[in-house]
Amino acid sequence: MSPVVGSPVLAQGRGTWDWEFAWEILPDLLRGMWVTVQIAVLGMGIALVLGLVLAIARRSRVHVIRWPVGFVIEFIRSTPLLVQLYFLFIVLPQSFDIVLPAFTLAVAGLGVHYACYTSESYRAGIESVERGQWEAATALSLSKADTWRTVVLPQAVPRVIPALGNYVVASLKDAPIASAITVGTVLGVADYIQSRTFRSMEVYTLAGVLFLAVSIPAAIGVRYLERRLGNPT
Amino acid sequence: MVTQPEHVAEQPEHMVRFEAVTKRFGDHVVLDELDLEVAPAEKLVIIGPSGSGKTTILRVLMTLERPEGGHVIVNGNQLYHTERNGKLVRARERHIRAVRKNVSMVFQHFNLFPHKTAIDNVTLGPRRVLGLSKDEARERAVELFDEVGLTDCIDKYPAQISGGQKQRVAIARALAMRPKVMLFDEVTSALDPELVGEVLRVLAELAEHTEMTMLIVTHEMRFAEDIADRVVMFDEGKIVEEGEPHELFSAPREERTKTFLRAVLDRD
Repeated sequence: MSPVVGSPVLAQGRGTWDWEFAWEILPDLLRGMWVTVQIAVLGMGIALVLGLVLAIARRSRVHVIRWPVGFVIEFIRSTPLLVQLYFLFIVLPQSFDIVLPAFTLAVAGLGVHYACYTSESYRAGIESVERGQWEAATALSLSKADTWRTVVLPQAVPRVIPALGNYVVASLKDAPIASAITVGTVLGVADYIQSRTFRSMEVYTLAGVLFLAVSIPAAIGVRYLERRLGNPT
Repeated sequence: MVTQPEHVAEQPEHMVRFEAVTKRFGDHVVLDELDLEVAPAEKLVIIGPSGSGKTTILRVLMTLERPEGGHVIVNGNQLYHTERNGKLVRARERHIRAVRKNVSMVFQHFNLFPHKTAIDNVTLGPRRVLGLSKDEARERAVELFDEVGLTDCIDKYPAQISGGQKQRVAIARALAMRPKVMLFDEVTSALDPELVGEVLRVLAELAEHTEMTMLIVTHEMRFAEDIADRVVMFDEGKIVEEGEPHELFSAPREERTKTFLRAVLDRD
């Protein structure tokens, strides 16, 4: 991240709205927003897949799978995302010599964090599938994989789309936290510009507007998906 | 007792055999060292009061409940056990699945897959388990829809058809697996009275023309009398009495059977 605008010269007329300044910082904020959206989308991609895996693993009959998975889910849900990101960014390189790009860590951190939440939604969806459906699958001698793929998940997943959709929107709002580990999210860019120009009004207002511009269509998209996939008949 | 390997092709003497099978739910003994034998192609009707354990017999056979004791043999093969070094040990899931393919079940509450059309409900098993192609499975399903009188419901979802139609789709779904043993668990109990007839007609037709072994749990005594080769009166986890339908319904020997039949037939 290397925003170039924000010369201290522009730090005049504090308290009033400066359109010229706003226009000048917009491209950098847009770049920051693009990074934010990438983190959220990739992170949620991980969360939606990993969450399902965790939900299924948590139902395993094998204790050595079920218990650790349950513990990890509860642990991650009980600690803040910021702490988890610091752990990945600071502890991994210092203690384990694992050095990864900050962007990758942000995506992984957000993905795993939200996977623990989506796994609980999936679990609720899976538990809402009546026992008779599992029994009918057994009576047809379907394999476990086929039972999940053709009977259980096609019923469970549509039922939790509203909850998953809320997490998609929430992850978008959490993604800027990645600026704490040096990723140039919109918040990081905004902070940088503000620190250089001492102007805050345009910077944070625009950042907020950019969020609205992304999260409102995202919410509409989620509602659309709900309607499309929510009722198979 | 010696188990037979899975490849035994000739018809065994008994298609289904329960040997001292015990099933408990907590302290409640549902099947109490049950011994029961069903011959190939036999139509066995199990009657008895609610909670007597008769449904559990079917559920154990369908592997929906695992018994705590005894052996279940289907088509000459142990269902829950397998022979290793001359000893019977707990069978793995793969073995259970292989033996279970001989058995199919129709449930009281249909248990159709609501997200699939009627025909997709029927073709799912043949395609995924028996390895039929899409066209082969569809052809088989269409024939079965014809047999159960439902050709106009093929592309409908379960939510769009009546209870009687749902149950007939469920029968077609079970038949599509071409099982050797069919289990019917109170298949008319969840239906409106005016829809019971259509399902019983399909079952009676099936019982008359099929070589499948059928185990039927029902409260429809007249239907039981019509189609059964043998009727078993079951109560408190044990067989109270068994015999040919005419004999058992007209001249029951045991007091428990008499009381039960009086109560059920008076209600009819």
